[in-house]
Amino acid sequence: MTQTDETLSQEETGTEPTATLSAMDRVRLARDPQRPATLDYIGELCSDFVELRGDRSFGDDCALIGGLATFRGRSVMVMGHQGGTNTRENIERNFGMPRPEGFRKARRLMRHAQKFSLPILTFVDTSGADPGISSEERGQATAIAECLMQMIGTRVPIICTVIGEGGSGGALAISLGDRLLMLENAVYAVASPEACAAILWKDASKAAEAAETMRITAADLDRFGIIDELIPEPVPAHEAPRDTIYTVGDRIAAHLDMLCATFDPDDDAGVHDLLDRRYSKFRKIGAWSEAGTEG
Amino acid sequence: MRNFFQRQGKFRPLSKGDERSAEQQQIPEDLWVKCPKCGELLYSRELERNARVCPKCSHHFRLSARERISLLADSDSFQEWDSTVSPQDPLKFVDGQGPYDEKIVKTQKKTGETESLITGSARINGRPVVMVVAEFNFLGASMGSVWGEKMARAVERAVEERMPVLTVNASGGARMHEGLFSLMQMAKTIAAFHRLGENRLPHFSLLVDPCYGGVPASYATVADVMIAEPGALIGFAGQRVIEQVTRQKLPEGFQTAEFLLEHGMIDQIVDRGNLRDLISTLIDHYLGAPQGLGSYSANGLRSATELEQTVTVVDTPGPATTTTGGMS
Repeated sequence: MTQTDETLSQEETGTEPTATLSAMDRVRLARDPQRPATLDYIGELCSDFVELRGDRSFGDDCALIGGLATFRGRSVMVMGHQGGTNTRENIERNFGMPRPEGFRKARRLMRHAQKFSLPILTFVDTSGADPGISSEERGQATAIAECLMQMIGTRVPIICTVIGEGGSGGALAISLGDRLLMLENAVYAVASPEACAAILWKDASKAAEAAETMRITAADLDRFGIIDELIPEPVPAHEAPRDTIYTVGDRIAAHLDMLCATFDPDDDAGVHDLLDRRYSKFRKIGAWSEAGTEG
Repeated sequence: MRNFFQRQGKFRPLSKGDERSAEQQQIPEDLWVKCPKCGELLYSRELERNARVCPKCSHHFRLSARERISLLADSDSFQEWDSTVSPQDPLKFVDGQGPYDEKIVKTQKKTGETESLITGSARINGRPVVMVVAEFNFLGASMGSVWGEKMARAVERAVEERMPVLTVNASGGARMHEGLFSLMQMAKTIAAFHRLGENRLPHFSLLVDPCYGGVPASYATVADVMIAEPGALIGFAGQRVIEQVTRQKLPEGFQTAEFLLEHGMIDQIVDRGNLRDLISTLIDHYLGAPQGLGSYSANGLRSATELEQTVTVVDTPGPATTTTGGMS
C-alpha cells in the first residue's frame, strides 16, 4: 500500500460508511474465518520467521504461536493467537483458544525477548482461553496470571494489536504492552456477547443487545482511553487483507520507532522509565468516584 | 409488630399453624443451620463460635468480609482504607434486570458495603499487615473498577510503608456491567503486585469459596504463598461453562482446594482456625530474611525476636482463639 492510499483510507473512515455497523456486525466481522490472522501478519510483515515452540514442561500449544522474526529491519519476538480456517486446522489449533501451555510458552518467549533485548509484537485474536477440564487441571488461571506478571515487568518495548476478537483473559494475557492498537472492526470484551446475554439477560439470543451495551468496539474503547490507537479499516479486513495488514504494519512500525528511539537496554533509568509508563498506563484505567473526585 | 407480639403474645396461647406467630419467632432459620455437607443440624450460635466451621464434618461455611476480618485480625486492629471509593456506571449499562447504577445502590443498601473489596491495615498476632478482603455478598465479589483502584492503592501503600500483604480472595468473575474496564482491573492489580514483588515484600493469597475468573487469573494465583480453605472451589472457568462447552461429566472433586493441591497449584490447605498462626509465622520468616521486610524496621515493623517478646502481651480474643482447639 502506498502512502497516498493510506492517507486516503484514513480520510474515508472519518466519514460514515462503517460507522453505521452495529456492535454485533463488528463481532461477526472480527470472527470471520477469512479475516487475516496472526500467521498472515507475520507472513506479510516479517521475514526470516523462526517459530519457537513448546512450553518446556508439558507440550506445545498451536493456538498461541510465536518466534523470532525480522520486522522492518529489526529483530523482534512476535507472538499471537492463531485459529484455523477449516475444521481440521481448528481442531489442531483448538479454535484459537490457548491452553495453559500456550500462556506458558508466551511467558517463555517474553523472557527470551528480555534476555536479548528484543522488542515484542503481539497479535490478539481469540475468543478466549480454553475452558476445558484438562486446562483447569493444568492450572489455566495460574498460567494466565504468570503470563500477565511476566509481561507487565518485561524490560523491552511491547506493542500489542487486537486484529480480530479480543476475548477476555485469554486476550489480555498477551495485551499488557506499552501500546495497545486495535483495528476498527476488531472487538475486545470481558465476556463474549453470547455469554453476557446468557448470564445477565438469562437469554443467549439477546447477544446483539449485549454486544451494544458492553461497548466492545474499537471506537468505544478509544473513547474510553483504553486503547492507544484505532487503526481504520475502510474495507473489512477479509475483503482487503493485504491493505489491512500493511496499514497495521505501518502503525506498529511508527510506534516501535517511537519506543525504540528512547530505549536503551543498558540504561537502567531508561528501562525503569519504560516500566513506569507501562505501570501508569494501566494504573489509571477505571471508572470510580470518591467524594469530590472521579476516576 | 414486634411490640404487638410482645404485648399480646405473652398471654395468648400459640395456636398450631398460626403462621404469623411462627414467622415472628423466626424459627428455624435463625437458630438452626443445616450443614450442606454432612446434613447435621447445627445450633447457629455454636456455629458462630466455631468460626462457621461445622463441628461435625469441618465443612467451612462462607464468611462475610467483616467476619473474615474479625477472625484474622487482632481485635480492634483493623483500620479501613478508602471506604468511600464507589462504583460508577461508565457504560450506562442496562441489562435484563435494569440499570447497573440502580443495582449498585440496592446492593449497597442490602450489604451495608460500598463495594465488593475491603482494604485496610491490621495486625495479626501483633504483626502489621495490609489486609484485603473480598465480599462475596456484594454482586458475587465481581472485580470492577473500584476493586482495582482500592487494590492498587492498598498495595502501593504497602510498598510505601514496607508491609506484607494478605489478600482473601473470593470472586464470581468479572463485573460485566463495567465492560472492558473490569477486564483491565486484572492488568491494574497485577501491575501493583509486580511492584510489591520488585520491592521484595511478600504477598500471601488466601483462596476461599468460591474463587473464579479474573481474580485467580491475575494477582491471586501468583502470590509468594498460596493458601486455600478446605473444600473451596477455585478455577478459571465456572463448572457450568465447562460442562456446556465440553459436554463432559466433571470428575469428582474437580476444582476443589484439594484438587488444586494435588495438581501443584497451591502451597497448603489450612483449616480456618489455624490461619492466624500460620500467617504470623510466615511474616516472621520474611522478617528474618536479609532483604525485603527484614531489612526495614520502620513503621512499627520490628524484628522477629522483638515481636516474639511482645506477642505474649498481644491479646487475641477473636473467634480464632476459641476455635483453634475445636478443629482440624
